[in-house]
Amino acid sequence: MQVSVRLLVFLLLWPFGVMAQGFSGLGAGAEGFDKPAPNLVFNFPTDHGAHPKYRIEWWYLTANLNGPDGTSYGLQWTLFRTAFAPGEAEGWQSPQIWFAHAAVTTPDLHFATERFARGGIGQAGVDINPFRAWIDEWALDGVDLDTLTLTANGSDFGYNMSLQAEGPLIFHGDNGYSIKAAGGQASYYYSQPFFQIEGTLKLPTGDIAVTGSAWLDHEWSSQPLSDDQSGWDWFSLSLLGGAKLMGFQLRQVDGSLYNSATWIAPDGATTSYGDGNFSATSLLISDVADRELPTQWRIKLPDRGVDVVVTALNPDAWMGLSIPYWEGPVKVSGSHTGQGYLEMTGYE
Amino acid sequence: MIRSCLSALLSHWRRNPVQLFAYIAGLALATALWSGVQAINSEARASYQAAAATLGEGQNDLLFPKHGDHIPQETYVLLRRSGWLVSPIVSGRLNDVRLIGIDLVTSATGLASGGEALESTFIGSDRLLANEETALRLGSSLDITVDASIASGIAIGDIGFVQQLLGRDYLSHLVLLPDQPIGQPALDTIAPNLRLQSALTATNVAELTNSFHLNLTAFGLLSFAVGLFIVHSTIGLAFEQRRGMIRTLRSLGVPLHTLVILITIEMMMLATIGAGFGIVLGYLIAAFLLPDVAATLRGLYGAQISGTLELRASWWVSGLLLGLVGTAAALSSQIWRIAAMPILVSVKPRAWLVATTSRFRLHSIAAAVLLCATVPLALFCDGLLAGFVLLGCLLIGAALALPAITAYILTLLQKHTVAPVWAWFWADTRQQLPGLSLALMALLLAVSANIGVSTMVSSFRLTFVSFLDQRLAPELFVEVNSADQSVALETFLGSRKIEILPLLTTQVTMLEQTVALYGVRVGQTYRDHWVFLDETPAAWDLVETNNAVVVNEQLARRADLWVGDLVQITTDLALPIAAVVGDYGNPQAQIIMSENTFQGLHPEIHPLRFGIRTQAAAKLRLQIIELVGIDDSAIIDQAAIKALSLNVFERTFVVTSALNVLTLGVASFSILMSLLTLADLRVPQLAPVWALGLTRRHLGWLELLRSVILATIVFVCALPLGLALAWVLLTIINVEAFGWQLPIYLFPVNYLQLGGYALVAAFLAATWPAVRLISTSTSTLLGIFASER
Repeated sequence: MQVSVRLLVFLLLWPFGVMAQGFSGLGAGAEGFDKPAPNLVFNFPTDHGAHPKYRIEWWYLTANLNGPDGTSYGLQWTLFRTAFAPGEAEGWQSPQIWFAHAAVTTPDLHFATERFARGGIGQAGVDINPFRAWIDEWALDGVDLDTLTLTANGSDFGYNMSLQAEGPLIFHGDNGYSIKAAGGQASYYYSQPFFQIEGTLKLPTGDIAVTGSAWLDHEWSSQPLSDDQSGWDWFSLSLLGGAKLMGFQLRQVDGSLYNSATWIAPDGATTSYGDGNFSATSLLISDVADRELPTQWRIKLPDRGVDVVVTALNPDAWMGLSIPYWEGPVKVSGSHTGQGYLEMTGYE
Repeated sequence: MIRSCLSALLSHWRRNPVQLFAYIAGLALATALWSGVQAINSEARASYQAAAATLGEGQNDLLFPKHGDHIPQETYVLLRRSGWLVSPIVSGRLNDVRLIGIDLVTSATGLASGGEALESTFIGSDRLLANEETALRLGSSLDITVDASIASGIAIGDIGFVQQLLGRDYLSHLVLLPDQPIGQPALDTIAPNLRLQSALTATNVAELTNSFHLNLTAFGLLSFAVGLFIVHSTIGLAFEQRRGMIRTLRSLGVPLHTLVILITIEMMMLATIGAGFGIVLGYLIAAFLLPDVAATLRGLYGAQISGTLELRASWWVSGLLLGLVGTAAALSSQIWRIAAMPILVSVKPRAWLVATTSRFRLHSIAAAVLLCATVPLALFCDGLLAGFVLLGCLLIGAALALPAITAYILTLLQKHTVAPVWAWFWADTRQQLPGLSLALMALLLAVSANIGVSTMVSSFRLTFVSFLDQRLAPELFVEVNSADQSVALETFLGSRKIEILPLLTTQVTMLEQTVALYGVRVGQTYRDHWVFLDETPAAWDLVETNNAVVVNEQLARRADLWVGDLVQITTDLALPIAAVVGDYGNPQAQIIMSENTFQGLHPEIHPLRFGIRTQAAAKLRLQIIELVGIDDSAIIDQAAIKALSLNVFERTFVVTSALNVLTLGVASFSILMSLLTLADLRVPQLAPVWALGLTRRHLGWLELLRSVILATIVFVCALPLGLALAWVLLTIINVEAFGWQLPIYLFPVNYLQLGGYALVAAFLAATWPAVRLISTSTSTLLGIFASER
């Protein structure tokens, strides 16, 4: 169900008026674009690449890191693709627009930056053989999706990392066909949550060698979600012992909540949980970027005996970009311990 | 009480409609010229800002090709993939409109900056954005969205679409975005063929045209000063004539402060009406002049200004405020005088006149201080502000000194006169000075402003006409895209024995600045048309034989290199300067050398721009389009540009003369009003002279003569003042503001003509009072002796 959340990130937070005007067709629904359908047989490595007949797509990587002195860090790298018409064309006539976010979070600081590019001219894209997802000099590339290097730079920070997958790909929902709402909206969605990652963070105070674990999502779809949702709170937790939990709650405009979760066993076996199993309650409100945000949560998934407190490593992990939202690393304590990432949107 | 009091005050204007007219007209004139000029300036500035905002020019560093005008698209992608945040721009001309293709996704004003500045209606679309005027020029076959915020003469579209329209697959330049990422490789290693132009050194249209606007502003300010003097003298007269009424009102029990408040309200109300008229008039003046100003700026600098005028608060509020503040200043001294004077004394106008003579001394001292201050200001002080302070000291000092100077001259004349009638005449004239002094000051300022401004405009015009002759000598100007086209054009024209002037050009960094190098084919055209500020004999011969270069004034001033000095062009080549050429309105340093010298330095550069000498421009233009295959938009008919620019100057001249007549007219009107006011007061003084045997006709002629003599004295004072004014404007303020000097040319015939106008104006102003004097009945004159006041 992570899929729906990430889709919402894109659709709700993007300055939609501008999009609807400019990217003609996007606001008008999914006409002309392919729509996800059940029972897709994924074809790799082709499906690691871009699907320009679908309206939106992203490669989304988050990592929990530790420095040589045990200090915790977080890292984000995301490449988004959006199309104002289906298909690809050469040169400036390409209907594809690419953009990307990169961030590094330390216990006291948060760095974030973004990039934009037109498709069709080689400034951004995703190649499959060998794998390379890039925008400008930022790149996630390797021989295949198991062994990768990652770079991004902003004006005051950057990173160079290498990643090694130590588990299988995870297919969410019905074998990667992930239904997101009662209305039938869906996306194709798979993850690689088992990356070991190491490398160097380049911060204003100097370079820091780090190691840790990373989680990559790849997801594509064409259908916007309904507009009766005001935002969401999304958690991806890596627990001690190797199990992982992804859960979120969707905040409806009328105040009601819709919950969902996926339990990933250490061997990659998944169990999906529908509404009513997963719960998240805010414990602490912080002032962040002139608004109030919950930065400590109580998370429960009774079926797996999960009852934990999730605390932001740095409450100020605000992504003050063209699409503003909160995304940062968290610590997990309680019935289980571990770490993970939290994403919160729609807090005005 | 307040109502009847107000109606009594207002009745003065009913009885003196001419004075009311003078008051309102003076203010209207002052406000009109000022706000008109400000309207033009603010329209122009808004256009420049729109252009800068539209293009992001002047805000960001730019990358240009070192040679030619092409950047391959691959270079752009390579730079981005190396971590250089640049945004591509393609630009070219279509139907005389500058087409600009931008990539809104990466542009400095687009998505990357939050997407606020421009709507993203055209990403990937076949649509252009332009203002209404430009949209009309582009024609109806294109899909144009009208956007008033886009600068005139510019249409913006998606980069892909503009490339299609221009038939190109390359880029013109790259905008370097702020906040570049860490870890970039050096630019040279990624794109060695690109040159970085920092935003600070970029050619800024606003800077280019500053000189032009400064001249307009100076004119507006001078006109405002003249107008205010008129207002000042009218207010003085109105108060003088209302002393009786004020005394009556006060005797009837109106408290002083009520009276002061009522008078203030009354005068400010009238002032608001006057200033309001002025703003309407200013708008009309601006609307009338703007097309000409726009054409001038376009012809001279390529700066595009919208031809339509918007009512911007910035100029009309400032005009209104300035008018009201000016009135308040003039009013305050009068009100203070009323408040300070005892009720019974205030009715005696003579008392006031005598009282003002003591102010003469004060004024003379102030004038001396101000005029003395101009010397150190001119000699030792730098900066634009000092220039304006100098201007202010000069004008105010001269105006304040005028009564004292006039009185001194009259005293001298009186001393050298034996005949009793003439002795009386000089003494009587001197005695009238206090009452006339404000009117005379207004005349002085009007005449000297006219001399100063017409000298400035004429010098400007002469300089630019020769500059246009120099720079626009070839009848056609062709810009080609490639070396192949360049060769084809030369071959084509060579075969027809048509004189062709290729212009080789590149930008280099030397002498700590960006310098434009030009390689020219020295020929008769250059020898005939180029006028130098300073030169060695046979300068062009030295250039032609590769033994010297010509530099522009900008380079000469900044690097302090003048004729005879060596310029180190490369490490191996240093050439002496044969001549310095005036290059008006261009901020960039230039070195002009022979074609051969240039090709020795940059053999890889082909000439892409050509001047062509021909008598049949239209025919040749068609041939070049058909036979050489050069696009119509790449050929510019320079003769047409020159004709347009000259025409504009002619029209500016007509406008200047009209303004001359207008300001003189108003100044003479002010004299008339003063004389009329004095006429009634003077009957008691004239009656004894009449009784001694001078006829009324004789006295009338003396009145006329007096006015002409005073105007002559004023003109004699105005001549040096006007020239000093022109000198300050051209030599100090222009250099301080723009780094180049306009030479002063003198126009004695014009000045004499102006002097003639001033005398005629004074004569006409005195006619009515003289006629009135002649027709004064003898009983009135006799009555004076019976009823001494």
